[in-house]
Amino acid sequence: MSTLITGRVVRLRGYSVRFDPRALAVAVGLVVALAVVSVFSLGTGDFALSPGAVIDSLVGDGTPIADFIVQTIRLPRLLTAVLVGGALGASGAILQRLSGNPLGSPDIIGFTYGSATGALIMITVVHGSMMAIAGGALVGGLATAVLIYALAFGRGGVASRFVLVGIGVGAMLLSANSYLITRASWQDALAAQAWLFGTLNGRGWQQVILIGVAIAVLFPIAGYFARKLALLDLGDDMARALGVGVDWARFALIVTSVALAAFATAATGPIWFVALAAPQLAHRLARGGGPGMMTSAWMGALLLALSDLGVQRLFPDTQLPVGTATGVLGGLYLIWFLATRRREGRA
Amino acid sequence: MSRLHGENLTLGYDQRVVATDLTVAIPTGSFTAIVGPNACGKSTLLKAMARMIKPRAGAVYLDGAEIATYKAREVARRLGLLPQTSVAPAGISVADLVARGRYPHQRLLRQWSREDETIVTDAMAATGVLDLAGRLVDELSGGQRQRVWLAVVLAQQTPILLLDEPTTYLDIAHQLEVLDLCADLHEGGAHTVVAVLHDLNQAFRYATHVVVLRPGGMVAAEGAPADIVTAELIEDVFGLGCRVIDDPETGTPMIVPTARRGAALRT
Amino acid sequence: MITRTTGLLVAVVALGFVVLTGIWLGTKDISFLETWRVLWHPDGSPDSIIIHDYRVPRTILGLLVGAALGLSGALMQALTRNPLADPGLLGVSLGASSGVVVAIAFVGVSGVLGYVWFAFVGAAIAAVVVYLLGSAGRTLATPERLVLAGAAVTAVLYAFNTAVLLVDPRAFNQFRFWNAGSLAGRDYDVVTALLPFLAVGIALALALARPLNVLALGEEMSRALGANVGRTRIAGAVAVTLLCGAATAAAGPIGFVGLAVPHVARLIVGPDQRWVLPYTLVLSPILLIGSDTLGRVIGSPGEVQVGIVTAFVGAPVFLALCRRRKLSAL
Repeated sequence: MSTLITGRVVRLRGYSVRFDPRALAVAVGLVVALAVVSVFSLGTGDFALSPGAVIDSLVGDGTPIADFIVQTIRLPRLLTAVLVGGALGASGAILQRLSGNPLGSPDIIGFTYGSATGALIMITVVHGSMMAIAGGALVGGLATAVLIYALAFGRGGVASRFVLVGIGVGAMLLSANSYLITRASWQDALAAQAWLFGTLNGRGWQQVILIGVAIAVLFPIAGYFARKLALLDLGDDMARALGVGVDWARFALIVTSVALAAFATAATGPIWFVALAAPQLAHRLARGGGPGMMTSAWMGALLLALSDLGVQRLFPDTQLPVGTATGVLGGLYLIWFLATRRREGRA
Repeated sequence: MSRLHGENLTLGYDQRVVATDLTVAIPTGSFTAIVGPNACGKSTLLKAMARMIKPRAGAVYLDGAEIATYKAREVARRLGLLPQTSVAPAGISVADLVARGRYPHQRLLRQWSREDETIVTDAMAATGVLDLAGRLVDELSGGQRQRVWLAVVLAQQTPILLLDEPTTYLDIAHQLEVLDLCADLHEGGAHTVVAVLHDLNQAFRYATHVVVLRPGGMVAAEGAPADIVTAELIEDVFGLGCRVIDDPETGTPMIVPTARRGAALRT
Repeated sequence: MITRTTGLLVAVVALGFVVLTGIWLGTKDISFLETWRVLWHPDGSPDSIIIHDYRVPRTILGLLVGAALGLSGALMQALTRNPLADPGLLGVSLGASSGVVVAIAFVGVSGVLGYVWFAFVGAAIAAVVVYLLGSAGRTLATPERLVLAGAAVTAVLYAFNTAVLLVDPRAFNQFRFWNAGSLAGRDYDVVTALLPFLAVGIALALALARPLNVLALGEEMSRALGANVGRTRIAGAVAVTLLCGAATAAAGPIGFVGLAVPHVARLIVGPDQRWVLPYTLVLSPILLIGSDTLGRVIGSPGEVQVGIVTAFVGAPVFLALCRRRKLSAL
């Protein structure tokens, strides 16, 4: 037990680990909430199932129909929502910490516009399949990140400007997207416009594997470097003086953040504002130095799962893309954010 | 023997060259002050010795090997740097901030040992901020904050401490507090302290070894204050006419600038 | 030594050249002499119709829209003391376009004359929200924060537009061409409808030159000098809304003109707004008409909309600005 620093320490033999009990409690709370939402997602809808039946089907013990509905339709959709939401939440948390700005999120800085450009090219020019479109989104997002990184950090660039550079590049891409939509045929344009709103409709095990593998690889890397964030917070000079490989850490964090966002966008199309709102909401609950990566991930997963549940059950006939719900929530979030910041500013 | 020295250093930023062919050796166990007029490269030299910037030519040597060959953590265990600009994250407590100074000694599974705790407590006691441990850094005065940052560097437990203008923005009482602390630290050769200072009299009073830099980054003089400080030197390097007397309190050299003609006998 | 007045005259002459080139070049090859003749002696021939019914109104519109965008950018940069301010980047353009979306989808309006009022309201609301978002909170407002706030509002409005248009395909079709930012297909009606707003906006902007010079010294200093900071800001905001709203209603969202040109003007004449504003007034149409012409030339037989060309021309300028070590306020 330490009375000196915040948080708790667990010691065993020569090893010791620090953790923040409040953040842990929040994370557990979010997981519980997610479990509840999951039960509802799997059990309600056109074909209702009791929680017991749901569990039976998960294990493979239920009726053939129930098994089919749960394992082939609802479960992959739910898992996609959870994993994509988690990836977006983590991505947003990292980028917001790095940029030192709560608005520094991949869908605002321009990485997501790049994914959109890649996908739109696939839709309007190449007329590719769903796989091709996803591939285009992935390549587009990553290529945009490389461009932004090269411009911000290349010779003469200043590290703190990468947000601005991202916005500049994003503006160009927004324009390019408009161009592609005007050039396209009527149907292609509609398809493109539709893609611009991420959706979980028709998402199956393919997407789950895609995003699952991405998370399995990227989360540990991000987690390792995220420990250095506490020191990057002290300013580049001090961090270097303490032995942190600042440039390397920043590079790794940006790469993982962008890659997570790009994979998420490839799986479902752009789902706006989860990456923006989840970290801040998690931060409000857990306090601490800044949005934590894991709590933001759980919050993102919860937000997306909840939004998807809402969109499916409240509008059962229209198959509304979940991106519309998150878009509305995003707008509301910004208003709330604005209102609370003003109050803080006066305090 | 010096643990830290730079040889034939050419230093610069972007297009500007600040110093050419500069050779400086820091005596081990000394309190070295680096002084000079504006834009003579004092901060640049310190940063180069702390491995913050790469010299264009020449090299800095730490414990016999080129500093560039060490791993970052290794350097952080031997050299502590207090930069001019450090940012304290909003809402952080004093103890938590000082605790971050332990980073070079910590590992993935050794995040906060009992030793860490003792060292941090001692560092805060040494800088007189122990009773502020639970307070938020944002709420402290400038002088208190600077002492907290000093505690961070102390917690790093390095034999060599580099301080970049540690007294700027502090009022006179706090400036002397910080300098007294540096003198305590170096006493008996416990630490080697190197500080960039802009107040000459403070530098001459506290330092055991002074490096005077000229614009263009050349060494104008180097040695104990009593040995090198003369009116000619100050006139030459700073363009200031002055008298050198013995400080009535400590006996070290003290600069008294000559008055303007006609302002002499004001009653 | 070229005086600033001479420089301005040179710029005006250059503008004249660019205007003529804009009228001369196009999808159909019409020789320069023929263009010149027909310009002054309309004779009802097919060439004459092309020139007088398409190219001339288009170029005049480019003149007005360019001037409006450039001036609103210069005003925004001076008002916020932020070198990165631009109606496109700070969400004002997108606010205007959201107003237009509302007009098309919910009110059933069509045609520029109908859009204008909605564009004004949208631009004004967006500007206020971005300003509040970017300057709230305890930390100092830096150039980055305002731009980031603009980007956030842009994202929200982009999502809003996309959502509305997804549900209304007819509106989508009407909107998607307008949205790329173009001078095509606008005739004299548009010009005459917007002229009063643009005239008032331009006059207001030029009248603010001196107060803006004082404002540049910082808030406390301005007040100490007796300037009415609040009134200047409000007048400036009104001018920006008029100029940007009208320009966007007419031509769709066009970005980067307002960002790049004032910087060029300042490079030439220094920070005195009494010179920066007139230079911006003349130089912006050069950029806009030039971009429009370029778009028509490279996109032949169709065209690359001017909004897209200015983005690709202007964004590198923005990026170059970003990379400057010291991003000081104005």
